[in-house]
Amino acid sequence: MTDTSATNSFEGDAQFSDYVALLKPRVMSLVVFTAFVGLLAAPSPIHPFLGFCAILFIAIGGGASGALNMWWDADIDAVMRRTKKRPIPAGKVMASEALALGLALSGFSVIFLGLATNWIAAGLLAFTIFFYVVIYTMWLKRATPQNIVIGGAAGAFPPMIGWAAATGTFSIESILMFSLTFMWTPPHFWALALFMRSDYDDANVPMLTVTHGRRSTRKHILVYTILLAALAIGTGFTSIGGYIYLATAIVLNALFLKGAWDIVRRNEEMCEADDFKAERRFFKLSLIYLFAHFTAILIEAGLDKFGVFA
Amino acid sequence: MSLVKPSAVHKRRAGLNTSVGLALAAFIALVFGLTVVKVGNMDFTMPPGPEQEVQNGD
Repeated sequence: MTDTSATNSFEGDAQFSDYVALLKPRVMSLVVFTAFVGLLAAPSPIHPFLGFCAILFIAIGGGASGALNMWWDADIDAVMRRTKKRPIPAGKVMASEALALGLALSGFSVIFLGLATNWIAAGLLAFTIFFYVVIYTMWLKRATPQNIVIGGAAGAFPPMIGWAAATGTFSIESILMFSLTFMWTPPHFWALALFMRSDYDDANVPMLTVTHGRRSTRKHILVYTILLAALAIGTGFTSIGGYIYLATAIVLNALFLKGAWDIVRRNEEMCEADDFKAERRFFKLSLIYLFAHFTAILIEAGLDKFGVFA
Repeated sequence: MSLVKPSAVHKRRAGLNTSVGLALAAFIALVFGLTVVKVGNMDFTMPPGPEQEVQNGD
């Protein structure tokens, strides 16, 4: 649990931006984008203002779970180089404030999403927050090296919520969008763990790099990338795919597989020599990868609605 | 002109207070917008008023 005693000495009052930082705006941007694609790719039209509200409440729900994550993980955030400047370990916001903000925004976002769209979407958002905070943050993150694999589901739900907000149901298309993000998460985070290596060791978080070693992590990245490529290219033959999506998927998955193959062939001496160049490149590519796939789905949805290729 | 000279604490917190104020104003606008869209969009009918009920009762 969080040790709050270290967070009570304040150099100054918290600013609004510190509370915004609790909501993990960078993660929120991914949530907003994938939820937006899920909403627009759905076959049922939605009033533009209701669509805007749906995306806003999904983003707030995602941000709320980020605040609750920072409340619970304040002790390990203070140890890791990547996270030690977050508002709680930096002493700008008290852990109890993050808890209050997270709980309040969770309730607010779920209720307002239900009122604005439907209760299926709201229920899915509530489950996502529960999954990220309780299943991932409180339980799996410190208990199993598969934390990223199972916890990745929480980040994969937004396109399903967007789809449900427009249609009021689940469907194979929304599950495919979920699966794409779900399968993408492990190689993305394991690449990060390879070059931010001391962080997870110092914090005693059982990342695969710590429990099974770096060699095993490289092999895992390759295996997950192969499975992801099969899924991503296969999605091109479903109703959310099309020529543009398929072309995007083939190019990016070829590059991603090449990146994973480069990683598996390398040893630690090679990485030290070039400061993890291949791992960093793979991580950057993974960001472009997900963005490009969802953009392609969005374009295909737009073309369908305007009757192009129909 | 303010009766009390603003202290350093007031100055430091001005930014936070303004931002919270703007967030609350945005929330009000959001609820108003949602109400307009929901009432305008759905098959929403006003319940009969007292006068209509009397007429229907005749």
